[in-house]
Amino acid sequence: MAAHLKKRVYEEFTKVVQQHEDLSTKKLRLTKPSKSAALHVDLCKATSPADALQYLLQFARKPVEVESVEGVVRILLEHYYKENDASVRLKIASLLGLLSKTAGFSPDCIVDDAINTLQNEKSHQVLAQLLDTLLVIGTKLPENPSVRMRLVEVACKHLTDSSHGVRNKCLQLIGCLGPVEKGVAKEAESQAAKDVQKIIGDHFNDQDPRVRTAAIKAMLQLHERGLKLQQAIYSQACKLLADDYEQVRSAAVQLIWVLSQLYPESIVPIPSSNEEIRLVDDAFGKICHMVSDGSWVVRVQAAKLLGSMQQVSSHFLEQTLDKKLMSDLRRKRTAHERAKELYSSGEFSSGRKWGDDAPKEEIDTGAVNLIESGACGAFVHGLEDEMYEVRIAAVEALCMLAQSSPSFAEKCLDFLVDMFNDEIEEVRLQSIHTMRKISNNITLREDQLDTVLAVLEDSSRDIREALHELLCCTNVSTKEGIHLALVELLKNLTKYPTDRESIWKCLKFLGSRHPTLVLPLVPELLSTHPFFDTPEPDMDDPAYIAVLVLIFNAAKSCPTMPALFSDHTFRHYAYLRDSLSHLVPPLRLPGRKLVSSAVSPSITPHEDPSQQFLHQSLERVYNFQHLDPRGIQELLEFTIRDLQRLGELQSELAGMADFTATYLQCQLLLIKALQEKLWNVAAPLYLKQNALASTAAKQILEETYKMEFMYSGVESRQVVIIHHMRLQAKALQLIVTARTTRGVEPLFGMCEKFLQEVDSFQRCFISELPHMQGSFVDKLLDLMPRLVTSKPSEVVKILQTTLRQSTFLHLPLPEQLHRATANIIEPTGESDNPLRFTSGLVVALDVDATLEHVQDPQGTVKVQVLYPDGQAQIIHPKPADFRNPGPGRHRLITQVYLSHTAWTEPCQIEVRLLLAYNSNRSKASTRIPKSTWSESLEALPPSENGIEGTIPFSKPVKVYIMPKPARR
Amino acid sequence: MFSWFFLLFCDVFLVFCDVSLLFCCCPGAGQDVGRSCILVSIAGKNVMLDCGMHMGYNDDRRFPDFSYITQNGRLTDFLDCVIISHFHLDHCGALPYFSEMVGYDGPIYMSHPTKAICPILLEDYRKITVDKKGETNFFTSQMIKDCMKKVVAVHLHQTVQVDEELEIKAYYAGHVLGAAMFQIKVGCESVVYTGDYNMTPDRHLGAAWIDKCRPDLLITESTYATTIRDSKRCRERDFLKKVHETVERGGKVLIPVFALGRAQELCILLETFWERMNLKAPIYFSTGLTEKANHYYKLFITWTNQKIRKTFVQRNMFEFKHIKAFDRAFADNPGPMVVFATPGMLHAGQSLQIFRKWAGNEKNMVIMPGYCVQGTVGHKILSGQRKLEMEGRQILEVKMQVEYMSFSAHADAKGIMQLIRQAEPRNVLLVHGEAKKMEFLRQKIEQEFHVSCFMPANGETTTILTNPSIPVDISLGLLKRETAIGAAPDAKKPKLMHGTLLMKDNSFRLVSPEQALKELGLAEHQLRFTCRVHIQDPRKEHETVLRVYNHLKGILKDYSVQHLPDGSITVESILIQATAHSEDQGTKVLLVSWTYQDEELGSYLTSLLKKGLPQSTP
Repeated sequence: MAAHLKKRVYEEFTKVVQQHEDLSTKKLRLTKPSKSAALHVDLCKATSPADALQYLLQFARKPVEVESVEGVVRILLEHYYKENDASVRLKIASLLGLLSKTAGFSPDCIVDDAINTLQNEKSHQVLAQLLDTLLVIGTKLPENPSVRMRLVEVACKHLTDSSHGVRNKCLQLIGCLGPVEKGVAKEAESQAAKDVQKIIGDHFNDQDPRVRTAAIKAMLQLHERGLKLQQAIYSQACKLLADDYEQVRSAAVQLIWVLSQLYPESIVPIPSSNEEIRLVDDAFGKICHMVSDGSWVVRVQAAKLLGSMQQVSSHFLEQTLDKKLMSDLRRKRTAHERAKELYSSGEFSSGRKWGDDAPKEEIDTGAVNLIESGACGAFVHGLEDEMYEVRIAAVEALCMLAQSSPSFAEKCLDFLVDMFNDEIEEVRLQSIHTMRKISNNITLREDQLDTVLAVLEDSSRDIREALHELLCCTNVSTKEGIHLALVELLKNLTKYPTDRESIWKCLKFLGSRHPTLVLPLVPELLSTHPFFDTPEPDMDDPAYIAVLVLIFNAAKSCPTMPALFSDHTFRHYAYLRDSLSHLVPPLRLPGRKLVSSAVSPSITPHEDPSQQFLHQSLERVYNFQHLDPRGIQELLEFTIRDLQRLGELQSELAGMADFTATYLQCQLLLIKALQEKLWNVAAPLYLKQNALASTAAKQILEETYKMEFMYSGVESRQVVIIHHMRLQAKALQLIVTARTTRGVEPLFGMCEKFLQEVDSFQRCFISELPHMQGSFVDKLLDLMPRLVTSKPSEVVKILQTTLRQSTFLHLPLPEQLHRATANIIEPTGESDNPLRFTSGLVVALDVDATLEHVQDPQGTVKVQVLYPDGQAQIIHPKPADFRNPGPGRHRLITQVYLSHTAWTEPCQIEVRLLLAYNSNRSKASTRIPKSTWSESLEALPPSENGIEGTIPFSKPVKVYIMPKPARR
Repeated sequence: MFSWFFLLFCDVFLVFCDVSLLFCCCPGAGQDVGRSCILVSIAGKNVMLDCGMHMGYNDDRRFPDFSYITQNGRLTDFLDCVIISHFHLDHCGALPYFSEMVGYDGPIYMSHPTKAICPILLEDYRKITVDKKGETNFFTSQMIKDCMKKVVAVHLHQTVQVDEELEIKAYYAGHVLGAAMFQIKVGCESVVYTGDYNMTPDRHLGAAWIDKCRPDLLITESTYATTIRDSKRCRERDFLKKVHETVERGGKVLIPVFALGRAQELCILLETFWERMNLKAPIYFSTGLTEKANHYYKLFITWTNQKIRKTFVQRNMFEFKHIKAFDRAFADNPGPMVVFATPGMLHAGQSLQIFRKWAGNEKNMVIMPGYCVQGTVGHKILSGQRKLEMEGRQILEVKMQVEYMSFSAHADAKGIMQLIRQAEPRNVLLVHGEAKKMEFLRQKIEQEFHVSCFMPANGETTTILTNPSIPVDISLGLLKRETAIGAAPDAKKPKLMHGTLLMKDNSFRLVSPEQALKELGLAEHQLRFTCRVHIQDPRKEHETVLRVYNHLKGILKDYSVQHLPDGSITVESILIQATAHSEDQGTKVLLVSWTYQDEELGSYLTSLLKKGLPQSTP
C-alpha cells in the first residue's frame, strides 16, 4: 500500500512537472501569434495613415523573435496590399527588410510575396525600398542561386524605371546578387542570364549621376565577388573620368584601377596617334591626370590608388616626378637639379644669387606639352596640393612605389625631403616615416642630408624622434655627412636634453653602419693630438657619451680604430660597456684580453654563449631531482641570481632570462614553503611560519600573473605551466588556511572552489595534459573522483601529499619573449622645486613614458598616483595619448590631473605605470582554438573569470608637490 | 525632364579691352603693372571688370580713359555693374576717380575682404600722391568713402542678381586675401573673369577653384604664360634656411616687402618656422598700414588656406606670437633679428633706412622677395653692385649678403591650363600679359582644348559668337501627344516634334497648329503635294492599279493600304490614282497626292514608285 502510495505521489509529482513544462511551452506558443496579432489589431485600429505609421514605428523599436518573424511578415504584407498611403507602405517595406535580417530566420518563404508586392507598386520610393528589402533577402540566401536569379531578373525589369532611386537599387541588387560564375548563368536560360556586366555597363551613360555612380559601384561589387570584369569596360570607364560629378569620377577612378590590375599587359591604342601602350601604363596616366582634378575627394582617391600600381613601367613612373620647368619659353632646371649639380661640381650650397636660376636653352614651342595625357608631374602636383589629405595620400603612394622600385626611390628622395617642411605636422611625420621605409634603397647626398638634419630642431618631439629613427637606417655617402649628422645631433641634444636616449641610439646605428666613414673622423672627434695630451673629457657629459657611442659602434667592425684611442678612451669604454651595455658593443681591444676573449665577433646569435649559458643553467635546474632539498634550494638561488644578471647584461635575452628567473623564483618559494616544519606540528603553534607560507603562496600568485600578462610572445605551452604554478599556489593557500583556521565551514567553500578551478584547468588545457606527466595536476586529476566525494580535511591531506610528491615542470622557452617595460621619462623626479597649486583646484602633470612590448596599451596601461597619505588614484589615459613609433614600442604622452587638500609643506607623490590585466582576457582563452571548449567556457564559474588586477611595471617617479590653502 | 533647344539665332556679345591708347606705347612693362579694365557686353548687358590704375604715371594717363566707354552720356546709364576682383591697386586704384569724379552710381561688386582692405590701400595711395607729391585734382578721402558706399559685398559662391537677367557669382582665386573670380551670367550666356589667380596654394591662401560651369568665354590673366614654375617648397625651404643660418650667426635679416599680400605669407612662414624650431630671435614688422591689414586677415579666416582655417579655433595664425611691431630704435639693438620693412624695392622709407644701417656688416642679410624696378636700390644690389652712391655723394659699401627669393602668386602656364580644364569654356580670352608670351599660350590652348582663343590688344574689341539656347514654353497637351508618338523617351537625346512656334510679346511658345490658328485668327489652309510618276506598263489601268496595290501592300505592312472601289489606292491619307498616258498607252501615269503633314510618307512613296514595279506579277 505504502509502495502504491509512494508511486502515486511520484506520479503526481512527475505529472505536475510535466504540466509545468507544458504550460511554459504553451505560453511560448501563445506569444508568437500574440505579437503579430497585436500588430494586426493595431493596424486595423489605425484610422489614418499617420496612426498606422506611428504603430509601425513603435513596432520597429521592439525586437521580434525568430519564430514569429514569418507571422509578422504575413500580417505586414496583408496590410501592405490594403494600404493606400505610400509612406505607410514604405515603412512596411523597410520593416520587411529589417525582419528578414533577423538572425536565424531564413527568408526563403517570403521571397515570392516580396516579389509580388513589386508588381502593382506605383510609388517610386516604395519600389526602391522594396528592392532594398529584396537585396537583404538575397544576401541572406547565399546558397540559393535560383532565388538570386529571380531577384536579379526582377531588378533587370525595373531598370527602366524613371526614378533614379529605383534604378540605383536595381543596380545595387544586381551588383550584389548577380551571377558570378558563367556556368550558372548558362544553366538558367532566362533573361537575367544575359551578361550582367552588359546590363550594368549600359547604365554607365544614364542621365542621372547617382545612377551612373551606382552602376560603377555595382561593377566594382561584382569584381569583389570574384567576377572577372571584361576589358571592354575600360574604354567606357575612361569616358566616365570626364564626368561632371565628382562621385562618378571617384568611382570611375576605382574601376580603372581594378581593370588595370586585371589586364595590366593588354595593349590599348593611344587616341590621336597610332601608337599603342600597355593598359596599366595608360590607366596609370589617366589616374595621374585625376590627381589634378577639381574635387579633392577624387584627388585623394587617385593619389591613393597610384601607390598600388606597381606593374607600371619605370619611365612612366619617373615622369610623375618630372615637371618640365620653363621661364619665358626657355628650359629651366629645377632647384633639385641645381642642387645636385652644385653638389657634383664640388661646390656646396653657394647660396642663391640673382639670376642663379636663369633659364638656359631655348625650348621648341611645339614640344612643350602643357597638359599631358600622361603621368607628367602627377606627384609634383599631389605633393603641392591644397588639401593635406591629398598630400598625405601622395606621400603614401610615393612610399609604396618607391619600395618596389629602387630607381624611383632615388628620384623621389628630393620630393620627400621637401615634404619635411610641410606646414601640417602630420604630413611631415608621414614623409619622415616614408623615408625611413625606403631608406634601404637610397643613399643621401650631402645637401639632402643637410635638409633632413635641419628638421632636427623641430619643437615637436614626434618629429624629432621619427627623424632619429630615420637616421638610424639611412646610408650616408661621405664622412662630411657623418660629421654633419653628428654635429646636428649634438646641437639637438643641447637644445632638447630629453632626447638623450633616442640620440644615443641613433648614433649607435649610424656608427655601426658607416665604420669606414667614421674612421678618419676619430682623431677629430676624440680631439686627440699626436704630440700633446689633451684634457680628459667629462665622462658624464651626454654629448661626449654620444660621440663615444658613435665611435665604439664603428670600431666594432673596424679593427684598426682602437689604435687611435687614447688611454682614457679605453677606461671610458669599460665604464660605458658596463653602464650602457645596450648602446656599446663588445670590442676586441688590444691589451684587454679579458674583454675580447669573452665574445668573439663572428658568432651568430644562435651559438651565442650567453644563450648557451641560459640553457645550460636551466638544464641543471631541471635535473635537480637527485639533489637533497638544501642543494636544490641553493642551486635555484644561484641560478636565479645568474639569470637576473644575464638579463641585465644581454638586452636581447632579458625577457627570456627574467621570465625563467621568475618561474624558478616561484618554484623556490613553493619548495621553501613546503620545507617548513609547520606541517609536522599542530596548527596553532606555528603562526609565524604560517605567515611565511601564506605570503609565499600570495607571492607566487602575483608572480604568475606577471608571467602571464607582462611578457609578449608567451605561447600556450607556457601559459599551461603558469596556470599550473598558480594552481599549486592555490593549493598551498588552501592547505595553509586549513591548518590555521578552526572549524570546517569556511573550508567547504574553499575546497569546492579549488576543485572547480582544477576542473576548469583540465577543460582549458586538455590538449596540453599529456605533456604534464607526473606533475601536480596530473596526479590530482587521477585522484579527482576521490577528491570530489571526500571531506575537506581529507582533501587537504591529499593535496599536501601530492604537492610534495609532484615533480617540477620543465618550462619550455618560446622563440621570442619580451618583457613589457615602461620607463617614465617625464617627470624626471629630480626637481627640488615643488609644484605649487591651490588646494581644491587641479594641476596638470605632464607624463611622458616609453612602453615596450606592451600589447594593446590603450586598454591596459594605467597611471597610478600615490599620495603621501596612502591615497591612490588610477588614471586611464586617453587612447589618443598613445603613439606608436615603431613595432613593439609605444609612447605615452599624457596629462595627469592632481588635486589634494592643503598641505603644510611640500611632499612627494609617486607616479607609476600599471599594467591592468583581466584573467578573462587571459592568453589561454585566446590562444586555444574555440571549437574545443567554447561551450564549456560559458559554464566556467564566474569566480575564476573575474579576477582583475594590476601589475606595476615601471619604476615609480617622485614628484614634489605643494597644495597651498586657498586664499579667502 | 525633357528639354528642347531651338537654335533660332546667334546672339553676339562684345568685349572691349579698354585702356587709352597712350598705354600702348609701353608694351611689356606696361602690360604687367596694372590698369586692368575690361568691358564686357553680354546679351545687352554691359559690365566693367576691374578698374585699375597705372603705377608708372603721375598724370592723366594713370587712369583708364573712361570717355572711351560713352562719348557723352552718363556711365550709370551705360554700365549695369562694376566688378572688382581684388584689392591690388592695378585692379581697383581708379575706382574713386571713376565713381566720384567721372560719375557712376550703379552697383560695384567685390568680395568682403576686398571691400574691407581696398579703402586702406586707396587712402594710402591718395596720401602718397597728394600729401607727399603735392598733387591737386586727385580724389579725396571723402570720395573714397562715398565710393565704398556704392560697393555691394558678395560671398563666395553666392549668386547675386544684379537685375532680373544679370547675375554674378564669385569663386575663390587665391592670389591675395579676398581675390575672387567672377562668373557673369545673362540667361544661358556666361563669362568668367578670373582677375589674378593662383593655382598652387601658399602658406596663407588656398588654390583657385572653379566648377565645370562651361562659360561661353573665359577671360584669364596670363602673367606667366610661358613659365612653368618649380615647386614652392624648395623656395620656402631655401628662404627659411637662409634666415635661420643668419640668425644663428647672430646676424640681422632685412626683408623689404610691400605691405599686403606676400608680406603676410612670409610672416606666416617665419612665424610657423619660429614656432617649430623654437627660435627666440625677435621678428619685427614695420607698423602702420600693415597693422590694420593684419587685423582684417585675422577676420577673414574663411578666405585662407586649410591649415589656418582648421587651426584657428586653437589659435588664429595671424595673431603672431613671435612677430612684434617695429620701432625705429630697434634697428640699433645688438643681436640677431628679422625685420620686415616697407617698401619692397628699397627705394625710400623705412626699408632703405634700415638697409643703410646694416649694409656694412657681412653677418647681415637682405632678402628681396620680389621683383625690383630698374633704378631702385633693390635692383642695383640684386644685379651685384657692391658700392652704392647715396644722396649727398655718400658711398655706401654693401657687405651684407644679398639674396633673392621669388614668391609670386600668379598661376603659371600649367595652372592656367588647369583652370581652363576645370571650367571647360567655349572660348578663351587672354589679358594681363605680354603679347609674345600670350601668343605661345594661345597656340597651346587652341591645340589642346580645341577652343578658340583671343588675345586682344589694348582698345581692341573682340566679338564672340555664341549659341545661346532659347527656352520655349510648350503646352502640356501637345507635349503629351508628341511624346506618345515614336520610340520610348530617351531623356538625353534630342527629339524632333511638330508644332507651331509662336513669338508673341517677347515670349516663345510652342503650340499645336490648330491652337496657333485659333489664336492668330487665321483660317486653315490645306497644302497638298501632287506628284506624277510614270510607269511602263502595257496592261489595263485597273490591272496596273492592282499591281501597284499588291506591291505597296507587300512593302508597307504597318500602314493601312486600301483599294477603293473608284479605282484609287489610299495609303493612310495618301491618294494614288492611275491613268493611262494620253499619248503612249504603254505608259501609265500614277498620280500621288499627299498633304503637308504626310510629307515624310509621301516622299517615301514617290521614291518607291519611281523605282518601278516588280517585273513578275504574283
